[in-house]
Amino acid sequence: MTHTSNRTISDAVTAETIATAGEVAPEAVARYAVGLGDDALILAQRLGAWIAHAPELEEDVALGNIALDQLGHARSFLTYASSAWGKTEDDLAYFRDESEFFNRQLFEQPNGDFAQTIARQLVASVYFDGLYRALSLSADPTLAAIAAKAVKEVDYHVDHSVQWLLRLGLGTEISNERMQRGLDAVWPFVAELFSVDPLSENLAGIAVDPASLQADFDRVVLPAIVDAGLTVPTAPAARGGGRSGVHTEYLGPLLAEMQVLARAHPEATW
Amino acid sequence: MSVRAANTDEGTVDEAGAARFAELLANEQRVEPTDWMPEGYRKTLIRQISQHAHSEIIGMQPEGNWITRAPSLKRKAILMAKVQDEAGHGLYLYSAAQTLGIDRETMFDQLITGAAKYSSIFNYPTPTWADMGSIGWLVDGAAICNQVPLCRASYGPYGRAMVRICKEESFHQRQGFEILLHLMRGTEAQRAMAQESVNRWYAPALMMFGPPDDDSPNSRQSMAWNIKRFSNDDLRQRFVDMLVPQAEILGVTLPDPHIKWNEERGHFDFGDLDWTEFHEVLAGNGPANTIRVARRREAHEDGAWVREAARAYADARAAEAGASQKIAS
Ligand SMILES: [Fe+2]
Ligand SMILES: [Fe+2]
Repeated sequence: MTHTSNRTISDAVTAETIATAGEVAPEAVARYAVGLGDDALILAQRLGAWIAHAPELEEDVALGNIALDQLGHARSFLTYASSAWGKTEDDLAYFRDESEFFNRQLFEQPNGDFAQTIARQLVASVYFDGLYRALSLSADPTLAAIAAKAVKEVDYHVDHSVQWLLRLGLGTEISNERMQRGLDAVWPFVAELFSVDPLSENLAGIAVDPASLQADFDRVVLPAIVDAGLTVPTAPAARGGGRSGVHTEYLGPLLAEMQVLARAHPEATW
Repeated sequence: MSVRAANTDEGTVDEAGAARFAELLANEQRVEPTDWMPEGYRKTLIRQISQHAHSEIIGMQPEGNWITRAPSLKRKAILMAKVQDEAGHGLYLYSAAQTLGIDRETMFDQLITGAAKYSSIFNYPTPTWADMGSIGWLVDGAAICNQVPLCRASYGPYGRAMVRICKEESFHQRQGFEILLHLMRGTEAQRAMAQESVNRWYAPALMMFGPPDDDSPNSRQSMAWNIKRFSNDDLRQRFVDMLVPQAEILGVTLPDPHIKWNEERGHFDFGDLDWTEFHEVLAGNGPANTIRVARRREAHEDGAWVREAARAYADARAAEAGASQKIAS
């Protein structure tokens, strides 16, 4: 345990303030933070692709806001993690290969149509909400500070997804059908979120036990789905393995696009 | 097009209103939506504000193109925020235009059917990352020169929208400058990338101020109405005067061998622009004209079922609320 107080990592914790504070993450904490950072980064990368393509201008702005918040969380986690190895957030984001990414598989799933994006975002936001709430009590002050800031933002993300779930579920026959298909598409990746996180071993008091988040998640998401005139999918869980670097076929192309320019100029800074 | 004459029947003259309008302009005061205004003034504003809004919306694309490939997470965040700002600008401006009696659907329709104009600068493609720097520095830079005087435009909602927008645009320009500065201080490949990009964007940015004054038919009336404050050529001159010292700091060469300080004029001289190219792009033959409108139309059409669902849901809620009110009373 280190003795950084929350004061040095104030309320407005960002990648920049973390880098400046110069706190070095213990190796095990860093490995855990990489998983958290990858979840947020990969989802932000997916959402970013909606900007300028959304169904209405207000949604270009809203999805952009959510993506920006998530990218901010990712940068904080990855900056903190990278300190353990004397690296930067960009070393981690741009110069790791697919098997070295530890995000859960939900986050790499494609955008699909707007309904599928909302389905993925609903699951993600409610999950993040519980996770960050719990993590804000972590014994690691940097993780706690990042989570405390993030949870305020995720509140709005949950609201955004729930509102769209209702609109699409109760809107028209077509939107109801699409929303159901969106839920069906992402549901196999829900169970993995609450399965054992191999990166959190030996981090009692610091890391959050994923299984502890399931009950609250169910309490929010399951009734919301029913209230929206939809059915909770029963599809079997996918195999998972994201936290061990095992991914669906969707991550490779996402990384290729994200990393292409940085890797073409490995010596450069931007 | 559903433009209504707000407070006078078309053709009849409200003499008191006209006198008041003239007085507002003479005193450099704002004209508000409830004031009488000449039809020409209203039409000019609708055209100008909606074109400006369309430009913000179409302008999201050339930069949106790099969000997924930005070479650092910090740059990715800044770029996302910027493209999102442009969407916000479009929204403020559509609202300002709506106060003149045109609805957003009509304006958006004009955009995606290709009937409306938008700034032709966005019909150039963004093949390299350095273009994110050039757009910020040159395109947002030119936009600022154009728009700062519009903060004083006589029409209140427009002027106020511009105040808000200009603040963000100057932020964008600084960020673009910073991207180029990093490239110019980087590797040889980065420096070449920056110079090549500035070479492509310089002349199109200068053309953003519109044709030379003697070839700009609408300008004089707009100046009399206190909408436009400076002529196209005056603004272009200001812009060049601003760019030359900044280019020196960056270490990029502006692609015009005729740029030279003119002691007598107190301004930089610069070479003639190739206006045939400008008119080609304006006529729809730019490198990306068809792509830009098609992309926006595609997004709009793909999203039709979403908007329909939102409408149906809102209507059902409103009906429900109405019914429960009846029961209550
Ligand atoms: Fe803008
Ligand atoms: Fe801008």
